[in-house]
Amino acid sequence: MAHIQLKNISKTFGNHTALTGLNLDIADGEFFVLLGETGAGKTTTLRMVAGLEKPSEGQVFIDGVDVANWGAAERDVALVLQQYSLYPRYTVRENLEFPLKSKIRRIEPDEIKTRVDRVARTLRIEHLLERKTDRLSGGEMQRVSIGRAIVRKPRVFLMDEPLSALDAKLREALRTELKNIQMNLGQTFLFVTHDQIEAMSMGDKVGVLNHGRIVQTGTPYEIYNNPRDTYVASFVGSPPMNLIDGKLVNGRAVMAPLNFELPFAGGAKTSGATDGRPLVFGIRPEDVYLESGAPVEARVHDVENHGVEKILTLRVGDAMLRATVPARTDVEIEQPVRFAWDPDKVVLFDKASGISLRHAG
Amino acid sequence: MAAVTTSTERSLNKLAIVGVLIVTIIFLAPIYWIASTAFKPRNLATTIPPTVVFQPEISPFVKLFTKRSQLRTAPTPEQYAAAPWWERLVFDGGEKVVRSGRGEVQWSGYPNRFMNSLIVAITSTILAVGMGTFTAYGFSRFKIKGEQDLLFFILSTRMLPPVVVAIPMFLMYRAVGLNDTHWGLIILYTAFNLSFSVWLMKGFMDEIPKEYEEAALVDGYTRIEAFFKIVLPEAATGIAATAVFCFITAWNEYAFALIMTNRRAQTAPPFIPSQVGSGLSDWTVIAAGTFLFLLPVAIFTFLLRNHLLRGMSFGAIRK
Repeated sequence: MAHIQLKNISKTFGNHTALTGLNLDIADGEFFVLLGETGAGKTTTLRMVAGLEKPSEGQVFIDGVDVANWGAAERDVALVLQQYSLYPRYTVRENLEFPLKSKIRRIEPDEIKTRVDRVARTLRIEHLLERKTDRLSGGEMQRVSIGRAIVRKPRVFLMDEPLSALDAKLREALRTELKNIQMNLGQTFLFVTHDQIEAMSMGDKVGVLNHGRIVQTGTPYEIYNNPRDTYVASFVGSPPMNLIDGKLVNGRAVMAPLNFELPFAGGAKTSGATDGRPLVFGIRPEDVYLESGAPVEARVHDVENHGVEKILTLRVGDAMLRATVPARTDVEIEQPVRFAWDPDKVVLFDKASGISLRHAG
Repeated sequence: MAAVTTSTERSLNKLAIVGVLIVTIIFLAPIYWIASTAFKPRNLATTIPPTVVFQPEISPFVKLFTKRSQLRTAPTPEQYAAAPWWERLVFDGGEKVVRSGRGEVQWSGYPNRFMNSLIVAITSTILAVGMGTFTAYGFSRFKIKGEQDLLFFILSTRMLPPVVVAIPMFLMYRAVGLNDTHWGLIILYTAFNLSFSVWLMKGFMDEIPKEYEEAALVDGYTRIEAFFKIVLPEAATGIAATAVFCFITAWNEYAFALIMTNRRAQTAPPFIPSQVGSGLSDWTVIAAGTFLFLLPVAIFTFLLRNHLLRGMSFGAIRK
């Protein structure tokens, strides 16, 4: 169990800057997800907590202690990677035993056996114990890999896209399993992923990383409903939030180049939402709805049927808008429809900086 | 892909097989010649055309291992009857085995030279591969200032023919007393093989994902423990391939062995041809010496053949 803090971390590799002024605070027992695109600096952050990489600037604290001079072994963290996560040539049992046999731990052979067996039971890999790792499927490998982390009882679990290489079905199953394990153990997890569904469904807290900077930290609910800027808005959510340029005129949202208007109710909540200021209106696809008497007309550009719902792409002028509608909605491509939005759910972003007016204060 | 073979493909295949057979025969012919000569009676060794069918005998090996002298007169029937079977073979060749005053058989120089070859080749291979593995690991895993320049420097030690430095090396060795010693040759061969070993091993090390060791570091092991427990077993293929090449180089080296050694530490390569000039040249004995000399490399390569095959296809296999 541990409380992790990263203070003002920067990291450069040669003349490439991986991280700039990064601050993170991961509470004890928290499932923290670091979300970002490939190359955003997620793995570098993780490796710095693990002690495999030294920050160019800034400090890492584990339970309030600056661990700058601690090696990976002393930090007592467990690492699960996307691939190459198991020791080759070893059996599953030997893999699980490996961390326990380290000289710094001095665990009795009986105790090792008990712990390995218990973990194997938890993860339902007992039948694989004597198998060599190159004869495991992807899902079994990741299960063993997670087992090797759990068996140690480390202070922190670090996971670098552990589910990304698996197929969809398995990923879903292991997602739930991993979350359950974390809740049962009550351990601190730092989980890195580029998959926003993983982040939303597993994280107690999510940190969105973009180009080596933390853009926003918050609960999945906050990240989803109140994105700090247009990057977070367009990165989180599937399909992402619709972003439309426009301005406010007399309490109505007027889309400047497209010339359509929608009612707006959020003005009272948001300071700085003055008439005429260039803005970006953000609206989630599920808050866009079709209605015969709605104010704006569009044509159906594309229909994606997802079973429980349909995702429509609506064309207004030459702008595209996504709308999530119930599956029973009967529409055809190129059919004219009328739509509106839920005025309470609209998020305003400053056009120039891209920052949400709610966050700008 | 469907396995469709047309008749032209089949005849091409046959042609390829014939080609491979011809090349194999060309390569194996000298080896067959050496091996067969090693078992021939002396009078059949130099016939023209070469004798292919003959009664094999062991006498060349008896002669190889013993000191002999020419008989002036044929041995008496009593002498002949008293001699053990292998000594009779020598009598038949018109020679007798040299014995000490107490009647002990005098060994030829060959067993000692052979041992010297083994000592020098094995020790220098272990040293070159061992140091090469560590050095390659360092180059592969750590950021080293001037890495490219250092690697080029290591490679550059092979850029001149070694014989060029033979005279200065000889003078230096004489000055420090390394002349005609095992260590002298071991140091020489190790130095010669090291650059090769570093470069080859670096290639293999680069192929081993560093995630393995990092996992071990996180799991509570020191880097040196991680190296021995995780990296070394993974590098086994590379080590085997490198060891075979280093061993062959050290085992076959002739020029330096000839210059730097004469008795105590002399290896087999300069010794075998030196027998041509002493008295009548008996090609069967030389062939026997060469035949035995070929065996260790053949055995070593055979034992490591799986590693060698994997080593050659390294990097071509998706992991």
